[in-house]
Amino acid sequence: MIPVCRLEDLPAGEAVRVETSPPIAVFNADGELYAIDDTCSHQDASLSEGWLEGCLVECPLHAASFDLRTGRPTCLPARRPVRTHRVTVEDDVVHLHLAAEEGTAA
Amino acid sequence: MRTVTVVGASLAGLYAARELRAQGFDGRLVVVGEEPHAPYDRPPLSKGFLTGGAGEETLALGDAEETDELAAEWLLGVRARGLDVRGRTVLLDDGRTVPTDGVVIATGARARRLPGAVPAGVHTLRTLEEARDLRGALTAGPCHVVVIGGGFIGAETASSCAALGHDVTVVEAAPLPLAGHLGERLAAACAALHDRGGVRLLTGTGVRELHGRRASVTPAAGHRGRDTVAAVELSDGRVLPADVVVVGIGAVPNTEWLAGSDLAVDDGVLCDDGCVTRLPQVVAVGDVARAGGVRSEHWTSATQQPAVAVRNLLAGATVDTTRPVPYFWSDQYGTRIQFAGRRGDGDTVRITDGALDEDGFLAVFERAGRTTAALAVGRSRPFTRVRRELLSAQRGLAPV
Ligand SMILES: Cc1cc2nc3c(=O)[nH]c(=O)nc-3n(C[C@H](O)[C@H](O)[C@H](O)COP(=O)(O)OP(=O)(O)OC[C@H]3O[C@@H](n4cnc5c(N)ncnc54)[C@H](O)[C@@H]3O)c2cc1C
Ligand code: FES
Repeated sequence: MIPVCRLEDLPAGEAVRVETSPPIAVFNADGELYAIDDTCSHQDASLSEGWLEGCLVECPLHAASFDLRTGRPTCLPARRPVRTHRVTVEDDVVHLHLAAEEGTAA
Repeated sequence: MRTVTVVGASLAGLYAARELRAQGFDGRLVVVGEEPHAPYDRPPLSKGFLTGGAGEETLALGDAEETDELAAEWLLGVRARGLDVRGRTVLLDDGRTVPTDGVVIATGARARRLPGAVPAGVHTLRTLEEARDLRGALTAGPCHVVVIGGGFIGAETASSCAALGHDVTVVEAAPLPLAGHLGERLAAACAALHDRGGVRLLTGTGVRELHGRRASVTPAAGHRGRDTVAAVELSDGRVLPADVVVVGIGAVPNTEWLAGSDLAVDDGVLCDDGCVTRLPQVVAVGDVARAGGVRSEHWTSATQQPAVAVRNLLAGATVDTTRPVPYFWSDQYGTRIQFAGRRGDGDTVRITDGALDEDGFLAVFERAGRTTAALAVGRSRPFTRVRRELLSAQRGLAPV
């Protein structure tokens, strides 16, 4: 479990990039928090810098769009999903639970 | 329409084939491509492919499953040499003919070359073969590289060569590279990236001559008797030692095969802003198309035009037009440059993020209180917002 930031520092419509390896992007989509791998599965771009609309984020480089709930691309040029991760809020702090750690840690 | 032939099997051609099927065309689909390869992506050729980070397997634009779904006949490794509009056929170099009702022209462009014969060791960069050749020449240990032309491909190539540890000089004929694209102030900011990347930029001078030396060892097959480049002599008299020369002086649209076809050709295939040529059954997309007076040589145009072009082709008339906000990106010296919109010469420039002499900035171009374009260096996030605003404004919606 990784503390990310205070909830108030991630307002609706914003994203933050966590410098894990590989990096992870945490989004506040109209009040719902989501986390996915930050690097686009198409080429090399940071999805936390993309355009957030509803539950979709559009890649800032070639406009592939990913569903934050599933990590799946909804259009080309991306074909492969990105991993999703669990996010919780404890004491007003946003926490990230890495997908690979699920069940082992925490 | 029973048969549609897409000529050119690269980015725009593949997107056109996809659109044809997506828009319900269930007839015979033929794709003709001069290159022997299935469609591959060119932008990495001057970036990750050159530095070795991206292997050939990462370049594919489609995959096996999609190729099956498209149910197209791929005629690869063969050039179309003519279009007989009246006879409704595409003529191939090997003598075959493809009878067809509709045609999508997607023959792109090729690297412009220096006039006359050149010694070995002089490269251009457009195709996978050219990229392999250049990559091979750069793996033989540190050497002197001279890049002729300071445009985007020249700059990216210089950056990649520097990353590989070579001694790199860029020669640009204009007083400042990219000034026509970006305006002087921002072009200067981008030119400064060379210096920071340890690359010399020589401007305001052309190339007078390439000097070769006799290959001392047995010349490689195919280069028999041909000199190997040794130096580049500039028009101001300076002589730069050179083991590898890369010529990045622009691209020429591949339209020669259309001679005698009745189509209007002038630095590209002329078409309306719905990508429809003089003939409603022939559309043009990508780098080869001069749509609505503009020929753009950007990845994003090549992927966006096909949807509109195919709609019009299937309708038999221009029922839809492209409303692009031009966009391109370029990766150089570890930073990403992104540009969107249409800059005019009198536009004012406002730096809204970072500073020109810092590690990055966002510059917004404005005219009469409206944003016309934006340039970002290492500022993808705020750039994405401005690009979105330009898109909404273009669509006539209130900016978000
Ligand atoms: C090294 C490099 C880096 C680039 N980097 C960027 C970048 O960072 N950002 C960006 O926005 N854009 C970039 N581009 C531009 C982008 O790659 C092009 O805009 C895009 O490839 C255009 O696609 P196209 O299908 O129209 O043409 P092309 O990719 O040129 O493809 C045309 C195809 O048609 C074939 N052909 C030609 N004539 C015939 C014929 N008579 N019969 C049959 N086949 C024929 C050709 O062999 C070729 O395969 C780059 C280009 C290069 C070369
Ligand atoms: S890198 Fe994200 S769409 Fe290409």
